[in-house]
Amino acid sequence: MMDHLTPILVGTLGAATPLVLAGLGELITERSGVMNLGVEGMMLIGAIAGFATAVGTDGSVILGLLGGVAAGVLAASAFAVLALSLAANQAACGLALTIFGVGLSAFIGQSYVSHSLAGLQPWAIPVLSDVPFVGPILFRQDPVVYLAFLLYVLVAWTLAHTKVGLLLRAVGESPEAAHAIGYPVLGIRWLATLTGGGFAGLAGAYLSIVYTPLWVQNMTAGRGWISVALVVFAAWKPTRLLLGACLFGGVTILQFHAQGLGLDVPVELLAALPYLATILVLVLISRDRNLLLLNLPASLSRPFLPGR
Amino acid sequence: MHLLEPRAEPSRTLQWAAPPLAILLMLLAGSVLFLLLGRDPLEAFRVFFIQPLESGYGWSELLLKAGPLILIAEGLAIGFRARIYNIGAEGQLIFGAVCAGGVAIYAQGHEGSWTLPLMVLAGGLGGMFWGAIPALLKTRFNAEETLTTLMLTYVANFLLSWLVHIPWRDPQGMNFPQSVMFSDAELFTPLFEGSRVNTSIFMAVVAVLVFWLLVKRSFLAFRLEVGGQAPTAARYAGFSAQATVWVSLCVSGLTAGLAGVGEVAGPIGQLNLNLSPGYGYAAIIVAYLGRLHPLGIVLSGLLMALLYLGGEAAQMSLQLPAAITGLFQGMLLFFLLGADAFIENRFRFLRRAA
Repeated sequence: MMDHLTPILVGTLGAATPLVLAGLGELITERSGVMNLGVEGMMLIGAIAGFATAVGTDGSVILGLLGGVAAGVLAASAFAVLALSLAANQAACGLALTIFGVGLSAFIGQSYVSHSLAGLQPWAIPVLSDVPFVGPILFRQDPVVYLAFLLYVLVAWTLAHTKVGLLLRAVGESPEAAHAIGYPVLGIRWLATLTGGGFAGLAGAYLSIVYTPLWVQNMTAGRGWISVALVVFAAWKPTRLLLGACLFGGVTILQFHAQGLGLDVPVELLAALPYLATILVLVLISRDRNLLLLNLPASLSRPFLPGR
Repeated sequence: MHLLEPRAEPSRTLQWAAPPLAILLMLLAGSVLFLLLGRDPLEAFRVFFIQPLESGYGWSELLLKAGPLILIAEGLAIGFRARIYNIGAEGQLIFGAVCAGGVAIYAQGHEGSWTLPLMVLAGGLGGMFWGAIPALLKTRFNAEETLTTLMLTYVANFLLSWLVHIPWRDPQGMNFPQSVMFSDAELFTPLFEGSRVNTSIFMAVVAVLVFWLLVKRSFLAFRLEVGGQAPTAARYAGFSAQATVWVSLCVSGLTAGLAGVGEVAGPIGQLNLNLSPGYGYAAIIVAYLGRLHPLGIVLSGLLMALLYLGGEAAQMSLQLPAAITGLFQGMLLFFLLGADAFIENRFRFLRRAA
């Protein structure tokens, strides 16, 4: 059992990274009062765009990840035109973005099916990586894992301690009041949505360039939807999101260690666990309506049109 | 930044003009796409939209694909009218197919005229059960049905995968993940000699008629709409918002499950990993494009079926990936939502100029 614990925990952080990234992005978007259900689509678009960029630049991981970010931002802007500027139903627009992203990525991805990339080697952080047990788990990861945790710190700090964070939350709680004081509600929501798209694009590109590193049709396999659920589970708080993502990362990789752990259950059951766990956490968090309403950004998924 | 302002009255013209407008915009965007790919748009559209319908067989294939799309969309529309967003019809389809397939597999060797009706029953109830789970989670625990229905789709997929890999795998199937082929008594009868479209299409016809009667003639539909759109008002009038959730999800689960039976006991004829080319998702677009109206859905279902056929034709004649269908589906829904925004709003600068 102990022999397997370290590889499981090492793998957990890698598996959690796309959830952390996409979840943080959606958290930012939702804090501004916008619910973008298109995370899955943005991740897929980011994954194929990043992969194509990396292949086209002789395997440049950095350019690939940046390509994923750019594609995610672009995809989010399509959502923003409809759901923000045209004030259309946010849930429907997000769903449209996901359907579009599934189609677009499969269409472009057709010609990248047989390619593979080298991925990224882990960076061992000097000294820290030699600490017994904790060292290899936390400090011998690939650079994007560190980046995800840095972004977590940045987002948590920005939300809690800066004017930008305050403004974002104000727009999400009461767009009418923010508008009355003179803040550009739609502009702020646009920025929050594009930021969410960039995060989701990065998450997708990480999957295709570093984590797998291959392009497979529909390779995000519901991680975008799980990220949306994680934001609810996290009660829109970054730290709870981080913990939730790590929990889910662990559940996700359990199927690869079942044999070693002597778990004699069908691999499909283990593979279905993250989705079942998502339902479970949704039930647990939604059960208490008042607690949910207390944390929910008050204007979530309500379009804002001044003068209505 | 602020492009729109509310209209005094929603535009009734645009309510009906939005779908054709969205289709037109999709064709325009498609032309740009074909130009970018270095194809002649006119030729591409001929392959996509005309070539599939040049033969009688093509028309029969159109009906074959339109059947499940219309069937599922009719069920979804009931829920969408009540603002219950079941987006996991794909999973309910798969679970229905699994239930029907189970009956077929265990009946092999002693099947009779009872087998297919039992499969239909099992599939319909199975789909309904898979839809009832999110209904329970919503009414009992307040869990969002959008996410739970979708998560259950993944679960249904893994269940299917396990079944065709281990307990229900065809022993003579060269280790492919698929069940035995169903016998003739376990399949719907083809409507015409040499075509694949079969009597399962009557399930869609019945669904259209039932939904039409429900909307036109019954109080139930009204109660459902009020229950979904204004729970408090509904409670005051004595309708239950909880019942709305249950009815919406069970009915849409039922139709999706029946569509699953139609696929396994129709063109596929066994359980395998390719039960549905995303009909459960495409039906969401069909429902909205058909304005959640029983007859509108028939038209939009036929169009969506044509998009599937066109995608296959484009793959064969133009060497384009068949995934182009998904791309068109996504664009169509985008443009529809964009056009819909103008039902209740209009551009600000138009009034300023006046």
